[in-house]
Amino acid sequence: MNETIEQQKKTANVKIESKSTDKKQKNTEGRHVFEVEDLNLWYGSDQALYEVSMNVPEQQVTAIIGPSGCGKSTFLKTLNRMVEMVPIVKTSGDIKYRNQNIFGNNFQQEYLRTKVGMVFQKPNPFPKSVYDNVAYGPRIHGIKDKKTLDQIVEKSLKGAAIWDELKDRLDENAYGLSGGQQQRVCIARALAVEPDVILMDEPTSALDPISTAKVEELVQELKKKYSIIIVTHNMQQAARISDKTAFFLNGELVEFAETDDLFQNPRDKRTEDYITGRFG
Amino acid sequence: MSTRAQFSEELDQLKQQIKELAVEAKYSLDSAIHLLYECDVEKARQLIEDDAELDAREERINDNAVLMIAKQQPVASDLRRLVSAIKISSDLERMADHSTNIAKATIHLGEHHNIEIDPELREMAILAMDMVDLAVKAFEYEDITLANKLAEMDDVVDNKYGMVVKQMLELTAINPEQIQHIMQMAYVARYIERFADHITNIGENIFYLVKGKTYDLNS
Repeated sequence: MNETIEQQKKTANVKIESKSTDKKQKNTEGRHVFEVEDLNLWYGSDQALYEVSMNVPEQQVTAIIGPSGCGKSTFLKTLNRMVEMVPIVKTSGDIKYRNQNIFGNNFQQEYLRTKVGMVFQKPNPFPKSVYDNVAYGPRIHGIKDKKTLDQIVEKSLKGAAIWDELKDRLDENAYGLSGGQQQRVCIARALAVEPDVILMDEPTSALDPISTAKVEELVQELKKKYSIIIVTHNMQQAARISDKTAFFLNGELVEFAETDDLFQNPRDKRTEDYITGRFG
Repeated sequence: MSTRAQFSEELDQLKQQIKELAVEAKYSLDSAIHLLYECDVEKARQLIEDDAELDAREERINDNAVLMIAKQQPVASDLRRLVSAIKISSDLERMADHSTNIAKATIHLGEHHNIEIDPELREMAILAMDMVDLAVKAFEYEDITLANKLAEMDDVVDNKYGMVVKQMLELTAINPEQIQHIMQMAYVARYIERFADHITNIGENIFYLVKGKTYDLNS
């Protein structure tokens, strides 16, 4: 029996025995792809993130939830330093990717972008063929051999669970695909450069329920090889597919816990109010 | 009205339905014990028939809770409230079943038996009814300190049950010809004891509702 339950017993002034085990936050257990410490971020004079500290576990799905404007997308884009494309951004604090400081002078941004792929809210294929979309990254990395590229394209499309649907349509323009197919092609494009982490910014918000289910199923498959961080407005989706969930509010990380715990018994009242729709 | 406000109102209504079912379950025990001492076989039969209404109430609570789960996809305390509602209403329905069992014992004993009904049975029933009152209060205010008191009260009921059974055994030894009647009284003691156990289960559900963890108040 752990201290938390002992404390609760004391509070209730009762003598009781717990049948359940208290799942502790495994924030410090296991391997992490990212270790974020005291991260602050400003857009000009407006602060968007406040003292965010969290460890992102390896080969798990980490969901980030919170109301619009809470900083969750900003946080996601900070992990691959994409946020710095906004010129007025400044940050303080540390982010380590595989124990290397991503803000360090010796750290190459290209390496980070290769290792940390991103999938956006709206499917954004290039106006090219399915094949060229997926081969785009490897070609940039200097792979020219047709046979190697063929293998990469097949492997990536299989990884994104869309090979069977598109194997005979590789030369078709990706714009002609359905939204769900386009999104999975974008995931395949991210996989083609063999990333370590995949960031997903509301990847199903523009998709119908069937395409959403396919992407969710894919996420479950992908986590066997990759670490996934997904921003979502759909709380049921976070509950269904993630292992850990982080709740952001007004730029602050309010709670970061096992998804099962956070959705059944959140520790912070603000989390409870948000996930039960009592906000606003 | 916002969707959330409507959901909150539905949760309040569900709570009210559970409180009403608890009052009915308590009333059924009160009536069953009264009829036992009055040897009122006719009204005992009526009490058994009336149990159908309590079963229907439990079903309505379950249907409402399941519908709310389907429509609202609740999480956290909302989800616990609905899960607790289903479990608590099931306990209340089982409690009412024990009242009907007591009514059946009254029918078995008949109108003209000449054994004295042990006054301890009434004492046990009064305690069990006090437990219902406390459980309703604990449920109303989501008060785990009150809920925990149910465990202590249940211990008293259990002790009384042990004593009653011992007395019954002694009675059967000196009145073997009345063994059938004495056995009915022992059964009644058992039904009250089980009635009280279900109230303790309700206490556990209140703990779950408040703390999000499962506790054993019966051990």
